[in-house]
Amino acid sequence: MEIIAEFSIGQNTFVIHPTVINSMLVVAGLCIFLIIAGNQVKKADPSQPSRGLVLFLELLVGGLNGAVKAIMGAHNVSFAPFIGTLALYLITANLLGLIGLMPPTSDYNVTLALALFTCVMMYYQGIKSQGAITLFKSTVFGDFPFLFALNIIGELAKPISLSVRLFGNILSGTIILGLIYEGAGWLSIPFTPWLHGYFDVFSGLIQTLIFAMLTMIWTEGMTVEPKAPATN
Amino acid sequence: MFEGISSQAYVYGMSAIAASIAVFTGFGAAIGQGLAAGKAVEAVGRQPEAKGDIIQTMILGQAVAETTGIYGLVVAIILLIVQPFNL
Repeated sequence: MEIIAEFSIGQNTFVIHPTVINSMLVVAGLCIFLIIAGNQVKKADPSQPSRGLVLFLELLVGGLNGAVKAIMGAHNVSFAPFIGTLALYLITANLLGLIGLMPPTSDYNVTLALALFTCVMMYYQGIKSQGAITLFKSTVFGDFPFLFALNIIGELAKPISLSVRLFGNILSGTIILGLIYEGAGWLSIPFTPWLHGYFDVFSGLIQTLIFAMLTMIWTEGMTVEPKAPATN
Repeated sequence: MFEGISSQAYVYGMSAIAASIAVFTGFGAAIGQGLAAGKAVEAVGRQPEAKGDIIQTMILGQAVAETTGIYGLVVAIILLIVQPFNL
């Protein structure tokens, strides 16, 4: 199922691609859910033990902060909102195949955009943390200066590998399930739930974990721990 | 042997063969993932209390090792669906 919007202004007809519409659906769904959740958290009584949605959100935020602190160190906890936003969007987008819509991440434009802004953020934080010249020296020359060409290729491969991994995994699931639905017709009913479980839920969650984990590890490698102010 | 085959059909056929060769990268990815899983089983056998950490590290490593297989898959999909050589 694909939702395509067309509208015309004067003589020109504009087509909005299903990727954009599905992406907007994901964002709108997340916004509504988080507004409701925020209201629940505001109304919750801190003296009582939390239940239901509030407990779920507490576990989510606590787990995210704990993971960021464990992987990136305590001085980088301020990255947790970025990682959390990325992970929430990716989880919801990858699970969109379960309701029959095309996941936005099966379009290379979406994953390339995510990987590019992740890499821009990474280099910006690296320059902010240790200065452009030190960062250039440590990433390009590193431990073995004669391998600088390999290091440059490795740096250029980061956004490509980050985006192609997610794109290939989700696209392959979409294509295989589409083939089964087209080819087997109603005979596909007993088989597709398991395939959805593997390709959409398992692959989607694993790829979200990998995306967030690699972002954290690479950003942690770019930044250095600020020196503690001397105490006398 | 090739008489009566248009050049377009020839490119289609060769693209299909190339796609099947590209998907063969899954061979290496599968071997790597199997090795990682075997070592993880050994590690759990040696230290059963660290099972959660071992499984998490194993899945992360396997997903990174799977990347080469996915590259081959993407190349095959591009060859079959986008058909860059079929001008």
